[in-house]
Order: sequence, then structure tokens, then C-alpha cells
Amino acid sequence: MGFKRKKGDGEGEEMESEVRGRPSFNTAERRNVILPSMIKNKDKRAKVYAKQKHEKKVEKQKKIKARDAAEKQALELGEEPPQKMVPKTIENTREADETVCRPDDEELFADIDADEFNPVLRREVTPKVLITTCRFNSTRGPAFISELQSVIPNSDYRKRGTYDLKKIVEYAKKKDYTSLIVVHTNRREPDALLIIGLPNGPTAHFKLSNLVLRKDIKNHGNPTSHEPELVLNNFTTRLGNRVGRFFQSLFPQEPNFRGRRVVTFHNQRDFIFFRHHRYIFDVKEDKQSGAKGKDAVAKQRVKPRLQECGPSFTLKLVTLQHGTFDTKGGEFEWVHKPEMDTSRRRFFL
Amino acid sequence: MQHDEVIWQVIRHKHCSYMAKIETGIFCRNPYNVTGICNRSSCPLANSRYATIRDHEGVFYLYMKTIERAHMPKNLWERVKLPRNYEKALETIDKHLLYWPKLLQHKIKQRLTKMTQMRIRMRKLALKTREKIMTTPRRDIKRESRREEKAIKAAVLDKAIETELLERLKKGIYGDIYNYPELEWNKVLDEEKQVAEGVEEEEEEEPEIEYVEGYEELEEEEDMEDFSGFPSKGSGYDDDEHDSDDEEEDDDDVEEQVVIHKKGKRDSRKPDDVGKSKKKKRVVVEVEQEDGDVRQTLKTAR
Repeated sequence: MGFKRKKGDGEGEEMESEVRGRPSFNTAERRNVILPSMIKNKDKRAKVYAKQKHEKKVEKQKKIKARDAAEKQALELGEEPPQKMVPKTIENTREADETVCRPDDEELFADIDADEFNPVLRREVTPKVLITTCRFNSTRGPAFISELQSVIPNSDYRKRGTYDLKKIVEYAKKKDYTSLIVVHTNRREPDALLIIGLPNGPTAHFKLSNLVLRKDIKNHGNPTSHEPELVLNNFTTRLGNRVGRFFQSLFPQEPNFRGRRVVTFHNQRDFIFFRHHRYIFDVKEDKQSGAKGKDAVAKQRVKPRLQECGPSFTLKLVTLQHGTFDTKGGEFEWVHKPEMDTSRRRFFL
Repeated sequence: MQHDEVIWQVIRHKHCSYMAKIETGIFCRNPYNVTGICNRSSCPLANSRYATIRDHEGVFYLYMKTIERAHMPKNLWERVKLPRNYEKALETIDKHLLYWPKLLQHKIKQRLTKMTQMRIRMRKLALKTREKIMTTPRRDIKRESRREEKAIKAAVLDKAIETELLERLKKGIYGDIYNYPELEWNKVLDEEKQVAEGVEEEEEEEPEIEYVEGYEELEEEEDMEDFSGFPSKGSGYDDDEHDSDDEEEDDDDVEEQVVIHKKGKRDSRKPDDVGKSKKKKRVVVEVEQEDGDVRQTLKTAR
């Protein structure tokens, strides 16, 4: 209690002790450091806290200035500038995964050769896709399916009826389809995608979210019927590689570059983002002021410009099963379990 | 002493815990009730002589209770297994309930009919596939959506796609469709350092190389960027090595068509832009026919 009164009285002393108290190196000093939360008087407390924050800010700015000055100086002298600090991101600090594909992996080549997608990817077979839905289809489902049909060339849509999925798989095999896509609807929204490779390809079950249809995109473009280019980003692990090739096998392997259509599957932290764009290359003048000279060097740069068309959605892999659809007897290569979500730095694709 | 009437008065007018009142009627939730309705004649508690049919794992049993055993609740219900066959089951019921009130016999037979029909239908349904509803806790759903938002921000999609397309343009995958001399000038400026190394490589790979394009190139290049040790461009020989390795994998998939596409173009371009073709050769390695052959050649090239 006496403590409190003392604080109320000695304003100047407090400030000094704070400033001195920052680099507290022994217990005597530490006793003098007063946290703002220890002050009971709200008015006083607010003032002390504001002052502390201001001091911190000033210190930080000083540091940044010093760093910039050092770098500039080093460049002027022609020496190596001090190394720039790289901020830590989740991608930087991702847990080391032993299944990451290495470029010199013999086993990987062997597996790829024995893959189910090999015929399609070697252009021996042209991909033919059958799209269907779950038993109840409503609201956004049909619109999504028609957009999918425009994205994937050589695709057909059949209504579901009440056939068993296994029967549908047999039917598709008979008619020489290379893949079957089932769009599953829940609560009047498409929320899952089941992609089955045929004749005996793997079955991948994806959770679909964040669906934006073409009509909801501002300034959307209209896709043509040229074969699209594929961009598959960030599929690093073995599992990711397999999933990437799976997507590749849905599209024909001869892209028509004149059509300028690109379909992207971008994997970020196990979420696969699907985008569909039309692109064009622009030449822009890029005025650069070099570090050495003060004169601006006008450089011509070629920049691609994108116009979004078609649906955009996010996929997340739930299960990957070897062989066609068979939940009871099938062999699952990968199943998502809740315990896999415990670490924020661990990803599987 | 067993006074059914008293029991019924007490139950019905005071409180019966098996009674369930709905807007359409009054029902009895007692498992031994024949009809399921709360009635003077259907109440198993208020009738000292009573019988039901109950189902246990697909087998039907006839349960009977008589007043002689009313004081022994443990042995109150006598159980008889009914045969699978519907007609035979009816005969068994007749035999056991021979001198019982007609109403009860009738109700029991009705119940048997209903239960056999249900059993048939359940079996048919079990053969068909039905969708199973899986629920996820709300916590998980929210966590997924949060993570998705952050992933979208971390993946600067437009930029990533644009850089990818630019890479392809620079590599010359698009052939002669676009004509951007500025690009080539910039490339030549950038590559002045790497001329010497490029020359070496070109000579090695000369005999077997053709340009190939693989979509998975991109994947593998992302691999490279993920490795902390490898800078993405301009590192020189190391870069070439790993690029060529990357290409190897993909070459299996993508083959003749693109090669043919490129052959014509390559001849036209080779004399033009030495720097550019060097860079291409560094990056692109092709596998022509069989995998075994290809990999061997690549190894020797290395």
C-alpha cells in the first residue's frame, strides 16, 4: 500500500527508473522496473504504457535505419552487404518430410513407369471423362457441372439415377472412359469430389470448398474450346506427385498454346487451389533506377496478364485409395486422420 | 392378488411411464406391448394373461405371460422360438395360444405379419449401398476454413501463375507464337556470366538432345525452390545438373509429340540466339524411346 502511494508521488523517479531499468542485469535493478500492469491508477497506467510503446517504436525505427544505412554503405564501398534476414514462414519451417521427391530417385522413376496414369500421360490413350453426381443434386450442382464440362475437354455428363457407384464404374469401363468424376452435394452445395481413374486407377476423395462460379467472378473471361495448359505447383512429396499426375491424366496432353488457356492446380499447405485463366503477354516499360547509377534505365519487360474464367475452388485430399471405388475392401494409400492436424508445420502433399 | 382393473385405473388416470402422447394418438412404449397403442386390452401391465412377439437378431420369439406366474417377475415371460417359415410360425402360435382370447390371437398374428415384412425389407436394404453420414466436429470445420484462408494468402496465386507462364515463355515452350526480342536481350544480358559453362555442356549433350516439355517440370522446379540450398536461377552448373535431373523424371511421360513440334523450331532458332539455346539445353533433356536407354544416355551425358 505504501508502494502505491510512492508511485503516485514520484513521477519523475519512476520514469528514470524505467529507462534505466530496461537492461536489468541484477536483481536490484529488476526491483525498480515497474510493469504498467502493476500501476493501479488508470490514468497513470495509460500514460506509462503509452510512453513505453513509443520508446519501443523509436528503438525499432532506429534499428531499421541503422540496418539500411549499413547496407547502403556496404554497397557504395563495393563490399558485400550484410545478409538480409529472411522472415520465417510456415513454408520455410515446414517439418522435414522424407517422402519429398528428389530429382535423382530411381525408385520414383520406376514407380512412375508402373503407374496407372502412364498410358494417358504417354499419349497412348486420350483422356475421356465421365461426370456424374450423387443421388440428390440441387442448386449450385448443375451450374458447377456445366462449368466443369467447359474446363475439361472431352467430358460427358450423365444423370445419376439410383445406380450403385460400383455399377457406374463398370459401365464407364465398358464405354472406355479414362476417369470418372462424381460431384457430391451436401446442403445444396457441392462439397466433395470423387475422382476415379479407370480401368483400375486410384480413387481420390477430395473435400471441395470455396466454390466461385464463373458468373460470380467480376470481369470474367469466356473459355474457348482449345486444349488447356496445365500448371501444377508445389506437389513435392511422393503422395503429392501421385495426385499431381492424377490431375494431369484428366486433361489431354497436347495443349494448344494458341488458345492461351491455363488451368492451375496450386498446392499450398495441403490445400489444392484450382484456377482457370486466359492469359496474354504484354510488353511493359519498366523504369528501374539501378543501385549504382542515378539515371533511370528503362527496361522493356514482358509480363503475362491473366483473366479469370471458369470456376475456382479449393480441394483438400481426404482419402486416396488404390483401385476403383471400394470403401470396404479397398486398400487405402492415404487416409486423413484428425491426429494429422496436430502439427501446424506438417503437410503431406 | 392381481387386480387388472385396479392396475389399469391407476396407470391410466395417474401416471404410466411407458405412455407417450402425440397429437395423433396415445402410444405405449413398453417393449412387450403387442399393438403399441395404450389401450385397456393392449397394456401388458394391466392384463395378467398376455402374449407378444419380439425380435432378437432376426429371430422371432413368442412371449407369453400367465397369471400363475404373476408373483415371480423373473420367470414371468415364457419364450418360444418361432420358425423362420411364416406358415409354420402361424401354426406354432395357434398351438400355443389355443384357448386364449380371440382378440389377442388376432393381434399377435397381425404383429407377426408386420414383423416378417419388415425383416424382408431390412434384408433387401442391407444388400443395397446407402450413403453413410459422417459428421465432423464444428471445431475441425472452423479450423479448416481458417487454415484455408491463410493458405490462400500465403499462396499468391496470380503471381505464382504469372511467374510460371513467364518461365515457360523464356524456355521457349511456346515456340514461335510469341515474338519478344526484349526478352531475349534481357536473357542474353543475364547470361553473360554463364557462357563458358554453357559451352561445355552443349558439347556433351549435343548428340542426343532434343527439346522436350513436361508439365511436371514445374513440379520439380518447385521442388528445387523448396530445397533451401538451391537458388532458382543463375547459379550456373549446379542449376543445370539439377534441372536436367528433374527433366529426366518427366520425360517418361511426355514424349514424341512435343519433340516433333519442337524439332522444326529448334533448327531455325539455333543459329540465332546462342545464349538462349544454351539455357534451353541446360534445362531440357529428353528421353527418346525406352526408359532404359534414355537414362543411360543421360547418365553418360552427365
